[in-house]
Order: sequence, then structure tokens, then C-alpha cells
Amino acid sequence: MTLKTMLLGAVAALAISGVANAETLTIATVNNGDMIRMQKLTDDFTAKNPDIKLEWVTLEENVLRQKVTTDIATKGGQYDIMTIGTYEVPIWAKQGWLLPLDNLGADYDVDDLLPAIRSGISMDGKLYAAPFYGESSMIMYRKDLFEKAGIKMPDAPTWDFVADAAKKITDKGNEVYGICLRGKAGWGENMAFLTATSNAFGARWFDEKWNPQFDQPEWKNTLDFYVKLMNEAGPPGASSNGFNENLALFQSGKCGMWIDATVAASFVTNPKESKVADKVGFALAPDTGLGKRGNWLWAWNLAIPAGTQKAEAAEKFVAWATSKAYTELVASKEGWANVPPGTRTSLYNNPEYQKAAPFAKMTIDSINAADPTKPTVKPVPYVGVQFVAIPEFQGIGTAVGQQFSAALAGQITVDQALQSAQQLTVREMTKAGYIK
Amino acid sequence: MARKVSTSRKLTFTALAWIVAFLIFFPILWTFLTSFKTEAEAVASPPSFLFFDWTTENYAEVQSRSDYFKHFFNSVVISLGSTLIGLLIAIPAAWAMAFSPTKRTKDVLMWMLSTKMMPPVGAMIPIYLIFRDTGFLDTRTGLVVVLMLINLPIIVWMLYTYFKEIPGEILEAARMDGASLSQELTQVLAPMAVPGIASTVLLNIILSWNEAFWTLNLTASKAAPLTAFIASYSSPEGLFYAKLSAASTMAIAPVLIMGWFSQKQLVRGLTFGAVK
Amino acid sequence: MATTHTRSHARLMMAPSVLLLFLWMIVPLAMTIYFSFLRYNLLMPGMEEYTGFLNYQFFLTDPAFFTALGNTLLLTGGVLLITVIGGILLALLLDQPIFGQGIVRILVIAPFFVMPTVSALVWKNMFFNPVNGIFAWLFKLFGAQPLDWLAQIPLLSIIFIVAWQWLPFSTLILLTALQSLDEEQKEAAEMDGAGFLSRFIYIVLPHMARAITVVILIQTIFLLSVFAEILVTTNGGPGIQTTNLTYLVYAQALLQFDIGGASAGGIVAVILANIVAFFLMRMIGKNLEG
Repeated sequence: MTLKTMLLGAVAALAISGVANAETLTIATVNNGDMIRMQKLTDDFTAKNPDIKLEWVTLEENVLRQKVTTDIATKGGQYDIMTIGTYEVPIWAKQGWLLPLDNLGADYDVDDLLPAIRSGISMDGKLYAAPFYGESSMIMYRKDLFEKAGIKMPDAPTWDFVADAAKKITDKGNEVYGICLRGKAGWGENMAFLTATSNAFGARWFDEKWNPQFDQPEWKNTLDFYVKLMNEAGPPGASSNGFNENLALFQSGKCGMWIDATVAASFVTNPKESKVADKVGFALAPDTGLGKRGNWLWAWNLAIPAGTQKAEAAEKFVAWATSKAYTELVASKEGWANVPPGTRTSLYNNPEYQKAAPFAKMTIDSINAADPTKPTVKPVPYVGVQFVAIPEFQGIGTAVGQQFSAALAGQITVDQALQSAQQLTVREMTKAGYIK
Repeated sequence: MARKVSTSRKLTFTALAWIVAFLIFFPILWTFLTSFKTEAEAVASPPSFLFFDWTTENYAEVQSRSDYFKHFFNSVVISLGSTLIGLLIAIPAAWAMAFSPTKRTKDVLMWMLSTKMMPPVGAMIPIYLIFRDTGFLDTRTGLVVVLMLINLPIIVWMLYTYFKEIPGEILEAARMDGASLSQELTQVLAPMAVPGIASTVLLNIILSWNEAFWTLNLTASKAAPLTAFIASYSSPEGLFYAKLSAASTMAIAPVLIMGWFSQKQLVRGLTFGAVK
Repeated sequence: MATTHTRSHARLMMAPSVLLLFLWMIVPLAMTIYFSFLRYNLLMPGMEEYTGFLNYQFFLTDPAFFTALGNTLLLTGGVLLITVIGGILLALLLDQPIFGQGIVRILVIAPFFVMPTVSALVWKNMFFNPVNGIFAWLFKLFGAQPLDWLAQIPLLSIIFIVAWQWLPFSTLILLTALQSLDEEQKEAAEMDGAGFLSRFIYIVLPHMARAITVVILIQTIFLLSVFAEILVTTNGGPGIQTTNLTYLVYAQALLQFDIGGASAGGIVAVILANIVAFFLMRMIGKNLEG
């Protein structure tokens, strides 16, 4: 009898201390604007869940990716929630590294998620991550400069038109460059842009038997076009410009056009950060008449590693951060233009959002136009618009990106770059066992 | 001083030295100045040097996003901890090498230094796995141990060179007087070795404070020092020079100030036996 | 001189350091050697299998390998050259009687305290940037086309950054050596009518030889594994023009997550570093004796 009482008492004590000892979730995330905003708004979450404390690890994208990948692959267990991209989710889910998100709550409304985004992070009908924001790519351009040059941007331009307009707008004496494009090496930097663009030029990474295709004319056309255009109408130092550098250039009024992530639209139209906020127009990413547009598909997602002890609390947070209510919270604090875009149909049907975000229609059209399962003109054995969804791609993509970056910098010729790219890709694919 | 120096010559050299010193120091000064600008002013061309609207908003923004004091505290604990423990282990070794040298002493010393030559990234996964299994991931203790081991060869060598300069006869005399080992250490050796030890400590605090591979890769949040703090400002979206400058200033200021205040001690000892 | 008693004492006192360093060396080394013979990719767990020397074969036949080896030597040599020559000149300058010597020394020493990551970030963004950087502004001021440092002269730019960080270190050591030179010796030479140059070559330089050796030794240890500066500024590019061995191993380990390949690379790097160390030791042996 006494023993039982003691035990009961102990259990009760444990239970009480369990409540008093708040659970701490360690969240790894990217230092992008929308995530920083989320971090600042966490009071709302902790007010609703007083027993959960949040610990943020906010890092630059490449550092973050290395750390979370090392951690999940070695089952280090340092994080309870990880911010990962559309590239990682299917690969990691297949390894059983991620918890399926089954308990996001009744009011989460999974069917509201954009189909293109949702399919990229699901496996066998189960969601393995929740999209925080989604993006495609599109053209952002300076309406004033176009007007001055007497040209008009169509909604769906071709690459020839873009190149022509870029040359007309360029005024190097006044530091206005016709077009800013990514040049910094990295599979998620210049290769995201160039792979997507190469799709529009009819190129592909691999044929159906995983043979690299950099020795084909389509890639040469793509790279020739890109290097020539950037030399004539691009900013100096383009080979070290990634998304962030180009954003800074565009915001300070130095770019006539910029083809990049749709998510940038809210930054370049924000008068607090951008000198050209009221002069920006939008158009679909260009094509070459072959039936594919160079627009990619990407989302930053919140996922829960399979080993975590705090699955329940973690899922609560994931649901909060990707819910409709979070969108409304941001809207009430920072205005509709600043809500995380590209994840929910309801957002694009919201008249208030449409009014506040002039880029809303072009964003949703771009996202809907991207097709990761059929990214190229010719058939391919892989999935992914601006990447190839195999684990080896990070390494290969970055190495190829280095070659293309060197070609842009003028250190080697386009032919040399393609030749090295072909060689190294064959090498790595052989080593990995794709090419027998 | 016996030499007479003409004033004009002194003025010339003064001007030259000041110009060179200013150029060397300029990047740090520029970072400091930029941290008080707005983001727009930070990229303005032509750049404004002093006449801009000074603002502290960047510091407020950085502090609101990441807890500076947590990272600062971790940096302090890790660099002080690894230095002090390293010192405890290194002093006896250096003492033995300096006063009871054998034929192999130099080889041992060189071998120790050569352990520093392995590129850390090559050993990254083994260490990570060991840390995972011992529960050392994201702990200050773990980092103290690793940084101590990384810097131990340098500590041993620095101390060895100082100890060697202490005349052996003094020790002999002390031994003749029947001093025990601990007396030898505390009463004879310590007073003479203090300057050397001080500069070793300073150098090691600097090296540990700035170590950016292990501190970044073996921590997540709890033990993350200032190197991780910087990693969240390294290339964010939009204009970031001013915020980066503020974060940089906050990360380097403590050790810079410490270095300046103690530069006499640091410089005096920073010879690695280079002077005979 | 030393008795058996003190010798066993000495062994005991050295034991902790030696033992710890031995463990620190041997455990990761053994694991790395073991991994280097495996096909082991972090992203594909459960596929580990013995592959013999395949990883070594791939690493050594990588076209990037010899470039990386060359870059490592260029980077190390370049920084040594700048810091030793610059250090001697600066030391000579600071040894002169000047006004405000203390402050000058404080300014010169400062870069040594700056985190490598921070200094790389500052140089890359605020100085080398061809649009917003200070250098671009200076170039335009003189009517020149701004130089795109990290794209056009990438390795040189990185050498520049690293040399900036290490110049204070060499200056301080060389200055200490210079100041230990007897005033009388200098004066005697001056009396003999020796010019500045001959005084420098015959008296000052030999006196500093030991200090120069030390500077080279210590810096080489750190310079062989320069990493943060490359990661932050160029990511080893453009192409592979700034990829050194450390960075190459890093790319294998943390971009491809190919632990087998990275381990093989790590072992190769260790062997090469030890060859360098061997030569250094000969050199030091000669110069540091007695």
C-alpha cells in the first residue's frame, strides 16, 4: 500500500516536473528574410504553447545544409526541426530519415497546399515536410527603364527579346546593367538558374541511360548565349553574384532586369529596402519556342528528423509556422505583401493579397507552369527542374557550376568549361555506379 | 640612447609608419564605421567616411535576432577553458623537455607540431561520430577538449622555448638546497616563467576565439560561440553590409580589446624562441 | 647531468601531453584510414562496402588534384613571401624612433586578432566587390575600370587576405629579434662607415635568420590548411583556381558527402603535409640548434 502511494507520488511528481520543465525545440533554419520574420514572431507560438521553448539556429544556406545533412545522416540528433529544400525532402524521406506529418491538426487544410509544391514533398501520399514558402522563377524588370528605351515587356517573352532589351537598357556609365543573372558557383546558385534555362534551350543533364549531355549542342547554345549576354549587358563581377548579391544590385537600382526566384518580388517592391520599389514589373521566365520555359520550382520546408524525442511538440510548431493563421499573423503585423508566398491556394484567392502584392498573379502562374516530372524537351531519367534529384547532384552540380562560373569570368572558354563539365560528370557518375 | 636622431628624419619615419599602420588597420576601422550606417549608406558611392547619420539600429537588429551574450559567453568559456586546461597539461611537459632534455626531445616536439598538419575536415566525420556517441555534440565541454588538443602543440612549444631561457644553474642550486619538485616549480620556476606563460595564454585565447571549423561544425545552439553567430549574417537576403559589420564588430571587439590592453605581454612573449 | 630519477620524473611529466596528442592523432587517423577503404556515402547509409584503393585512385586521378596541390604551395609560398619581406620592412620601420610608437604598434597588430571568417567577409564584400567595394570606388576615382578581384585574380586576392592576417605576426616576431640586436653592434658598424644596405645584409639579416625560420615554421603549419578564407570568398573557384587540398577534401566530405573519398583525400593530405614537415624540420634543425 505504502509502496503504491510512493510510486503514485513519484509519478505525479514526474508529471508535474514534466509540465514545469518546458520542452525545448531546436530549430535549424536559413537566414532568409521570411525565416527571420518567423523567428521574430515566435512569441505568438510560445504564448499559445507555454510548455514549449524554442531555440533558433539561423545560418547561411550552405552552412546550414552541411550541418543538418551531417546531423541527420549520422543520426546526431541535434535538431528537432530542420529547414530543408525540395531537393532534400524526397531523398531523405526515402531513407526513412523524416517523420511523416500526420498530425498537423484539423484546421490545417492540407488540400489547400499548391499541388505542384505538395507533390514535391510527398511520398506515397504522405507529407514528409510542410512548405514554409514556395517559389518559381520569373523576370523582374524596371518599368521606367523600359519606358525610357521605348520597349514593352510582353507577359511571356522569349530569350531573344530579353537579350535585345538588355543591351538597349545597359548604360554602364551610369552603372545601369541590362540584366543581372546568377554567376556564383553552386548547385543551388548558378546551376539552378542555368539548369532551368538550359531546359528552355532544349538541353538536359542526362539521357535516359544517365549519360551526361554537356557535349551536346543544346548546352553549348545555352552557355554561349548566357556568357555573351552577361558580357555585353551584365554587371561587373557577375561570376560571384548569387541570389543575394543580385538582390542587392537590383534594390539599389543597378539592374534593368533580373531573372530569379519569385520570392524576391516582395523584397524589390518593399519601399523600406528598395530604391526602385514602385518601378518594378513582372513577366514569365523566357523561352525559346521549344515548349519549356526556364522557370524552376522550389520550396523551403520544415521537416522533423525521425530520431527526435519531441515529435509532438515539433509537429505543433511546424503546423503553426505553415498554417493559414500564421499567414494572417504576418499580414496583421507586417502587411499582406510580406506573407510567405507560394504555398497555399487560398492566399492567391485572397483579394487583399492580390491588392497588396502586384506580383501575386505572375508568381502563381510561374509556379503552376513548372513541371518537375517532365522538366525538359527530351526525355530524362530524373525528376527536378533546376536540379537532378539524386544524392550525388550537390557535389556534381557545384563542380560543374565552378566550371561555368569560370567561363563567365572569362578564365576559360565556353568549350573548355563544357568539356571539363562533361569529364567530371562522367567520372562522378561512373564512381557512383550510374554508368556501368 | 646614444644615437642622435635628427628631428626631420624622425618626422619622416613617423609619417611613413603612421601611413602604413593606418592602411593596415583600415579594414577594421571601415567595418566599425560601416556598422553605424544604414544599409543604404553602407553601399553608397562615393562612400561617406565620417559624415553620415550615425545610427545604432544595426546593433539593435543583430541583438534582436541572435542572442549575442549567449554566444559571447560560450566563446569566453571555450577559449579560456581550453587554454587553461591546455596549460595544466603542457607546463609539466615543457618543463621536462627544457630541463631534462634527451636526444629525442626535439623529435617529440616536432611530432607534436606535425599533428596540427592534418586538415581538420579530413577528420571531421570520425570526430563527429565519436562526439555523437559520447554525448559531446553541442556541448562546451566537447569544444574545450577539442580546442585544447588542437592548440596543445603550440602551447608546449612556446612554453618550452621560454623555459629553456631560464638558466639551469638556478634549478641546480635549488635542488642542492633540497627543494622538492613542487617547491622547484612554485618558488623558482613560476616567477621566472610568468611572462612566458602570460603570452602563451594570450596567444591561445586568440587562436581558440577565432577557430571556425570545429566550433561551427560540432555545435548547434547551446554551445555555439561567436563564429556561429557570424555565420548567420554572412550572406543573407538583401543589403547586409551594415548588419554584417555590426555583427563582425561585436564578434571581434572582445579579443581585439583584450589584445590591445595586453599587447606588451603578448609581444614580449611572442618569439617562439626566435631570439637568443 | 640528468639522473635516472629526474629522467623518470621527466617522462611522467611529459606523459599526459604525449598520450593525449597520440590519442588525438591515432583515433581519428585510424578511423579515417578505415573509411578510406570503404565505399561510404553519408547520403546512402547501409551501402558501405570494402573497395580497396578505389577511393585513392579516384582522388589521385582527379584532374583537380594537381591543381589543388599547386594552389596549396602557391598560397603557402605567396603568403610566406609577402609576410616575411613585408614583416622585415615593417620591423625595420617600427624599430626607428618615431612619435606614437605604441599606437602605431597597436594598429599594426590588430589584423591578427580578427577571425578569419570575418576578415574574409569584410574583404570580399566591402573591398573586393567590383560594384560596391572600396577598391572599385578608388579605381573609378582614377578613371579606371574596376577590377573584379575574386574573378580575375582569385588566388592572388586570397593570398592578399591571408597575408594581411599574418603580417602582424611576422612583424612582431621579427621586430623582437631586431630589438635584441645590440645597439653597440649597430653603432660599431656605423662607425666603420658601413652603409645601411651592407649593415642590413651583414649584420641585421644574419641576426634575424632564426626569427625568420620560426615565422616560416609556424605560419606554414597554419597556411597549409587555409580554409575559411576560401570558403567565404570564392568557394574554390572560379573553376578550381583557388581550390587547395583542404578545400578539395572539404568538397568531397561536405558537398558530396563522400566520406570514403574524403578520407582518402585526408590521408593523402596528411602524407603530403608530413613531407613538408620533414623538410621544415631539417631546416629548423639547422637553424634552431644551439
